[in-house]
Amino acid sequence: MDFNDSPEEAAYRATARAWLEANAPKTAEGGYDDGEGAGSMAASKAWQARKAAAGYAQITWPKEWGGPGGTPIQQVIFNQEEGRHPVPPNPFQIGLGMCVPTVMTFADEATKQRFVEPALRGEEIWCQLFSEPSGGSDVAAARTKAEKAPDGSGDWLISGQKVWTTGAQFSDFGIVVTRTDPEAPKHKGLTMFWVDMHDPGIEVRPIHQMSGGSGFNEVFFTNVRVPDSQRLGAVNDGWRVSLVTLMNERLAVGGPSGAGWAQFMEAARNITGLDGAPAIKDQALREKIADWYVATEGLKHTRNRTLTALSRGETPGPESSIGKVVSAMQMQELGNTAVEMLDQYGIITDPELAPLHAAFHASLLGAPGLRIAGGTDEILKNIIAERVLGLPQDIRVDKDVAFKDLPTGR
Amino acid sequence: MNFDFSDDQKFLKSEARKFLEANSPTSRVRKVLDDDAKAYDEALWKAVAAQGWLGAAIPEEHGGLGLGYLELCVIAEELGRAVAPIPFASTVYFLAEAIMLAGDDKQKAEILPKIAAGELIGAIATSEGPGALTPNSLQAAVSGGKLTGTKLPVTDGDIADLCLVLAKEGGKAGLFLVDLTGPGVTREMLKTLDPTRDAARLTFKDAPAQRLGAAGEGFALVEQVFDRAAVLLGFEQCGGADKCLEMAKAYALERYAFGRQIASYQAIKHKLADIYVKNELARSNAYYGAWALNTNAPELPVAASATRIAASEAFWFASKENIQTHGGIGYTWEMDCHLYYKRSRQLSLVAGAPRVWKERLVSHLERRNAA
Repeated sequence: MDFNDSPEEAAYRATARAWLEANAPKTAEGGYDDGEGAGSMAASKAWQARKAAAGYAQITWPKEWGGPGGTPIQQVIFNQEEGRHPVPPNPFQIGLGMCVPTVMTFADEATKQRFVEPALRGEEIWCQLFSEPSGGSDVAAARTKAEKAPDGSGDWLISGQKVWTTGAQFSDFGIVVTRTDPEAPKHKGLTMFWVDMHDPGIEVRPIHQMSGGSGFNEVFFTNVRVPDSQRLGAVNDGWRVSLVTLMNERLAVGGPSGAGWAQFMEAARNITGLDGAPAIKDQALREKIADWYVATEGLKHTRNRTLTALSRGETPGPESSIGKVVSAMQMQELGNTAVEMLDQYGIITDPELAPLHAAFHASLLGAPGLRIAGGTDEILKNIIAERVLGLPQDIRVDKDVAFKDLPTGR
Repeated sequence: MNFDFSDDQKFLKSEARKFLEANSPTSRVRKVLDDDAKAYDEALWKAVAAQGWLGAAIPEEHGGLGLGYLELCVIAEELGRAVAPIPFASTVYFLAEAIMLAGDDKQKAEILPKIAAGELIGAIATSEGPGALTPNSLQAAVSGGKLTGTKLPVTDGDIADLCLVLAKEGGKAGLFLVDLTGPGVTREMLKTLDPTRDAARLTFKDAPAQRLGAAGEGFALVEQVFDRAAVLLGFEQCGGADKCLEMAKAYALERYAFGRQIASYQAIKHKLADIYVKNELARSNAYYGAWALNTNAPELPVAASATRIAASEAFWFASKENIQTHGGIGYTWEMDCHLYYKRSRQLSLVAGAPRVWKERLVSHLERRNAA
């Protein structure tokens, strides 16, 4: 038991490190924004192109997709080393991690030839159009419809609304799940297409989040004409196609989010607590710090267990599924405890008056979103219960009912 | 990255599980549970000694197997899973570790081979009354090599041969070895929360005591011993917590209510998912503790604290929610759920309660940040 690279891993790390030293940006020129706007896009695309040329863009992709055919642990090692450099944000991950693999699995040869390498080089960006106002956790409840055009051309006309689409505002293409047979039960009437996001029938509107930011979008489809050649998978087989996409999502595990225990400790040293002593002397706060430390370390070493499996060429065990449930809840509790520690002053977010507390406010206001995005706490617990522990699925009252006959509550 | 046990260590673990399933099923544990006069399972103790487990981490030159702490950790996990009613922790995690840490050559040569052979049961006596022990409240005292004072509770104090005793000498705290079979020692068995692990009140009146380690270093030495024990106890707790999750899952799948398996209700599914999350956080912390213990890393005090906090929480949560999942039948004496609930209390308290460890952890983090 140790934390060391194997000799092969150490060699790969040395090569990657040397390449990054020679090629990575030395400074975040002009500062990068949050990765959602156009400010850093030119820098992001330039960096992606440079990585792709050197075989560092999608390290696990096989040679026929334009990748170097590397291993998952090599991707992890490169990410670790890249994280030491001030590289621009990566707006390509949803496309390369989820959309393009779906295209690779289901599209015809010409489509693959056309799209895969430009995506890899960062020249074209993809988004994933699944969630809808009527179906978040229940993705298969999608109502956006695709109907055959009445002119007999074989084209499809797509109309409806998607929501929470990351990066739609700067995406060139997207994959969209649509309802093609409302007479069939909900899982059996879906079809997947790829679409050109520049189509005049597609309108992208930013969502104003409760945190004040706008990292996601609503996307409206109005009679968007799509040739049948843009269909991914068989008609009414879109659920199976979307499972391929979502399976790739689950591999994209994130690290810690928001302000952590160390930042909280630092703040507690400098804030007056009970009886005039520094807040760090408050036993109730100390117990919370201990709990956060233990959970943070627990997640860190759970990741180390996952990396060990990757390092051995094995499939990681189910323990990697616990990350977001723990970190999102903790982010919310830590942010709120910090705000309460500030007492009445805690409501002030003015950066001139509370410059050191911005991370806690960001955690407090960002955590509700993190507890929902990419699988709500409740869905993730269901996943652990069903796929890890082998407990029965929830009873589905909508399984054998025509989609059009399902109760909708309105 | 190689943050896992080796194939050999995993094999040892699966062999240990088979051995304990055969030699320590809960029907055997209940012989100790239901008999107030029975302090431990003597036959199991002998069998465990014959396996060499008592000396797993004791060097070969002192009669042990000289394997290492990772091997001891996997054994500990299985003992916890089996709620084994034997003085393993007292003898191996506390006494043997203290001797290896602070004993002189003569003490090592005398005591360690007897531990490895199963000829000597150990114990550690620090507590004297309700609440945490502090240098100011410590009463037991040694003068002229003779110990006088009262210690309670002392886990395995009624069956141990040799006991570590925290006592002051010339106003400073030291750690002493006392032969419990010798003069000046009175033992009384206590009623405790976990009847499968016994405890005693020890009253010393001029009992011969031999100092272990340097004078005045008693509390520091106890902390070091507790750090090492915390990792090993943490594996026992992980083993117990995982067993609770398995019991809860098995029952939830077999029990029907309102026409369905209760495992199909989200209230139960999410409860079991919560247990799983806590168990994995505990296991990952325990792995880090095992690494720190095995390499004697400077991170050991922090890693041991984190292990103890996470593993105490996991076993407590799993054991109480296992009863809840079982419903009424889980509250009966005949079901095994309470064995784990009670053992979780014993393991959480035996080396100091989690809140004490949380304070230690944050103090360590403060010192680390200041450095």
